[in-house]
Amino acid sequence: MAATTLPIELPELTADELSRYSRHLILPEVGVEGQRKLKAARVLCVGTGGLGSPLALYLAAAGVGTLGLVDFDVVDASNLQRQIIHSTADIGRKKLDSAEEKLKALNPALKVVKHDTLLSSANALDILKDYDVVADGTDNFPTRYLVNDACVLLGKPNAYGSIFRFEGQASVFGTKDGPCYRCLYPEPPPPGLVPSCAEGGVLGILPGLVGVIQATETIKLILGIGEPLIGRLLLVDALNMRFRQLKLRKNPECPVCGDHPTVTKLIDYQQFCGIEPASERQSAVKNGIPQVSPKDLKKRIDAGEDLFILDVREPFEYQIANIGGVLIPQNDVPKRIGEIDRNREIVVQCKSGGRSQRIAEYLKQSGFPTVSNLAGGIVAWSDEVDPKVPKY
Amino acid sequence: MTIFIPTPLRAFAAGKDAVEVNAGTIAGALDELTQAYPDLRKHLFTSEGRVRAFVNIYLNDEDVRYLPAKDATAVSSSDTLSIIPSIAGGC
Repeated sequence: MAATTLPIELPELTADELSRYSRHLILPEVGVEGQRKLKAARVLCVGTGGLGSPLALYLAAAGVGTLGLVDFDVVDASNLQRQIIHSTADIGRKKLDSAEEKLKALNPALKVVKHDTLLSSANALDILKDYDVVADGTDNFPTRYLVNDACVLLGKPNAYGSIFRFEGQASVFGTKDGPCYRCLYPEPPPPGLVPSCAEGGVLGILPGLVGVIQATETIKLILGIGEPLIGRLLLVDALNMRFRQLKLRKNPECPVCGDHPTVTKLIDYQQFCGIEPASERQSAVKNGIPQVSPKDLKKRIDAGEDLFILDVREPFEYQIANIGGVLIPQNDVPKRIGEIDRNREIVVQCKSGGRSQRIAEYLKQSGFPTVSNLAGGIVAWSDEVDPKVPKY
Repeated sequence: MTIFIPTPLRAFAAGKDAVEVNAGTIAGALDELTQAYPDLRKHLFTSEGRVRAFVNIYLNDEDVRYLPAKDATAVSSSDTLSIIPSIAGGC
């Protein structure tokens, strides 16, 4: 079975540690030697949000010696439905600082290394190289591929977990003889097909379930016990409480971990995932669709322009907050396209501008002459035009 | 046989999490699925008719890519097909 390469000379346990970890020490699979391995281990948690919260907490509780944390984000109230390492008093604070405080309260002997940065091709190899195991708790495709490739290039196992609404996936990638993320998914989905947690929603408990699975796999890799999820994809369906396993094979033609790798250094992952560079994103036109800012839209409405505001969100979202647009949920647009007036300028709107951009492009392709997208959606409208419009 | 529909694609299958089909091969089963739910086709297949690279199809617990007959593999009523797209959420 796979294990990580730890220093030959394992650190001794102090009297406090012998007492603190007694429940580990009496387990034949752990024992004093196993606990010393945990103390010697260095684990990098990429992300201290939904998955990162339970992951980091349980690794700290287990006696992992060094935890690296990567996160550049700040605690927001909407995080607290699931990011249990943070508390209400931390709203507005950097997640790294909030996480460090809770981890050290749990385990003062823990060494926390904070990486206050966005993980990128420029820094990933440098950051990851000092760790034995990487636990990927990020929330977007470019970073998933970046972490995967960096782990394979550096020979670090990757305890992978991901979630969507009420389903999760977990596996261990990046071991020498096992598959990597690209063996399973050679290509990312087109941007916008799989919504983020902010757009798609997520059952609060789900990252708890999956994050602890990742922590379990991390500990097994460090101790060299049990059967890690190498070559297996665990599927978690929380709604039906069903767990399934699928076989994962190492792809001999994998461009990163295969027999003849073509990816031998980190690439531009934003481009790989089809995401336009920031400079284009902020411009006035995206994929042929003019972007309207909330302030501009307000000005035009006040000036009496005959705009058709098409709201493509779901009915429950419209009930929470709306700006008076005509509601046609995105998946109904093709069959209700006759209700949209071709002779007026259509401004498509959703929660944060993603769904509306896609529908705007669809309308343009269907022959609508004047279609634009409300950049930033109703969230931006609330921020910039009318704070009385609830954010959710 | 049952085809399990993953969460991100349920909107295109009338909200269903599983669909029953009566085909003899994997390709036949997927064809029957996309005939019944045409919106699924573009999410599952490229314009050349190949399964998209961010979607994996599993016959029971085996990836179809690695079956000797691939999607021409015969299926029985007790088999299941699972569509497993990549998801990235973690926040």
